[in-house]
Amino acid sequence: MELQELEHIANQVRRDIVRMVHQCQSGHPGGSLGCTDYFVALYFHIMNHKPEFNMDGEGEDLFFLSNGHISPVWYSVLARSGYFDKDELKTFRKIDSRVQGHPATHEGLPGIRVASGSLGQGLSVAIGAALTKKLNGDNSFVFSLHGDGELQEGQIWEAAMYAPHNKVDNLISTIDVNGQQIDGPTDKVLALGNLRAKFEAFGWDVMEMNGNDLQDVIRGLEMAKSKAFKGKPIMILMQTNMGHGVDFMMGSHKWHGVAPNDEQLEAALGQLMCNLEDY
Amino acid sequence: MNKVTIRCRNLKRSNKTEIPMKKYTYTEKKDTRSGFGAGLLEAGRRNEKVVALCADLVGSLKMGDFIKEFPERFFQIGIAEANMMGIAAGMTIGGRIPFTGTFANFSTGRVYDQIRQSIAYSDKNVKICASHAGLTLGEDGATHQILEDIGMMKMLPGMTVINPCDYNQTKAATIAIAEHHGPVYLRFGRPVIPVFTAPDQKFEIGKAWLVNEGTDVSIFATGHLVWEAIKAGEKLAEMGISAEIINIHTIKPLDEEAILKSVAKTRCVVSAEEHNRLGGLGDSIAQVLITNDPVPMEYVAVNDTFGESGTPEQLMKKYGLDDAHIIQAVQRVLKKKKFDNDYYLQR
Repeated sequence: MELQELEHIANQVRRDIVRMVHQCQSGHPGGSLGCTDYFVALYFHIMNHKPEFNMDGEGEDLFFLSNGHISPVWYSVLARSGYFDKDELKTFRKIDSRVQGHPATHEGLPGIRVASGSLGQGLSVAIGAALTKKLNGDNSFVFSLHGDGELQEGQIWEAAMYAPHNKVDNLISTIDVNGQQIDGPTDKVLALGNLRAKFEAFGWDVMEMNGNDLQDVIRGLEMAKSKAFKGKPIMILMQTNMGHGVDFMMGSHKWHGVAPNDEQLEAALGQLMCNLEDY
Repeated sequence: MNKVTIRCRNLKRSNKTEIPMKKYTYTEKKDTRSGFGAGLLEAGRRNEKVVALCADLVGSLKMGDFIKEFPERFFQIGIAEANMMGIAAGMTIGGRIPFTGTFANFSTGRVYDQIRQSIAYSDKNVKICASHAGLTLGEDGATHQILEDIGMMKMLPGMTVINPCDYNQTKAATIAIAEHHGPVYLRFGRPVIPVFTAPDQKFEIGKAWLVNEGTDVSIFATGHLVWEAIKAGEKLAEMGISAEIINIHTIKPLDEEAILKSVAKTRCVVSAEEHNRLGGLGDSIAQVLITNDPVPMEYVAVNDTFGESGTPEQLMKKYGLDDAHIIQAVQRVLKKKKFDNDYYLQR
């Protein structure tokens, strides 16, 4: 897909995010906006995937979201790539909906393969799916996304140790390095230190990319694919701005889990003018 | 403990009356974890989708034969149980059937949230296989014993909870859960106990097994307490008391029909399990009784305490889990039943 077309989709996804969160007055806009370019690149350009959705996902690339609270961006991208009708986004976080606050399989929403929200579990699950692909002789990729704050969970490091030791080289994981978590900057809450050095020490092939530059995200993910199947799992450190695309939400942990009011919604939509078609 | 005179409502018996009791004998004693090891190998032979994961305890879990025959289908995770549960959940995507192996304590309490979110809530076809359950792993003491695992696992929606009674039944259960779709918690142990069930039995998940028919009291036992219940039943028969003994190998889904059918006849209940009295089999049975057919009930279980080091036999005795304690519980519940009968007859 052309870059300009992808940028239009990304803008529309950002509109979806702020409208969804505004509509139910809850949810997590900050990280969702920050990771929009990554999701759009992945679902509209990088991954070989089937929107008709089959849980086993044989012969297609799989994606796992470990920091499940940024569900709005995932739901929007899933709907807009054909997994379900975009009108269902209206039901986000509401009673009797498949579009739960955090991603879940329980209500049968197409595109979700495991629940996430309780942090730190997604890397293990992605490794499991990657191992099964290898056992089944399926040469597709497994992608996963993690928050940087999430790296404070111990299970991440159990998984980080396992994947290189067992040469899980069909796995391309990404960390959303926005430097923010609920209680403040990660450096202040519990500093993550040198992530490149840490993952390299564990045996990962570590790359970096700018998560708010679509072109760089595409370059990064394509390079990651070219590095796969060479004995090492791949970790991309993706620099993003929380709230990217809406100036008053950018760069602050304050918009981690807060919904915009009516005026703020109008202001945000005013900055996201390209409208393919709202749900 | 007070001496209790036992009288039964419908039957006047003396010690001379013969109480029929089905005979159970055994020629060898084995650990149930070895039944798991044998079952895992067989399940692996029957279905190539079966894979095994272990957190640095392959010897304790008796996984050696499976590993030898299917090295490419075995995954050594290291001492990282949370990661093991997550990997197992992920491996189901693409159709594999993962069996995880570690001690019961590290299979449940340590990884409750991983099981809850990635396995149970996500409806993943993972078999959580837990050895060294209860007090009877013995000398390692309370850090490695767990008496809360049945409660934790049965509270998870969609989880099947199985606690077989001997080597043969554990082997059969292991084979059966591979053929069942959905998350399962399979609980077994380390001590060697009598092998008294049939070697090639078919294991029916959720179907209680009537071990001995009786008329005076229903004893619902699980795990190796079934053998203690049989020993107790034989002694009770000598005392003129006819005990119905039912093996509840599947704690969830519970065979309510079998429980209510038995209770309709005996009108009183003793539950027996190697678990905390809070949240285990006894509480599941009590819930069935209170909502359907309230009758007197007594628990044989650990009385809301941690265990300690000791031999399995010493621990079973000290914490009230042997045949003698089952007999005492029967005596207490028969006294309550008699009190109830007398009360209603007076009205």
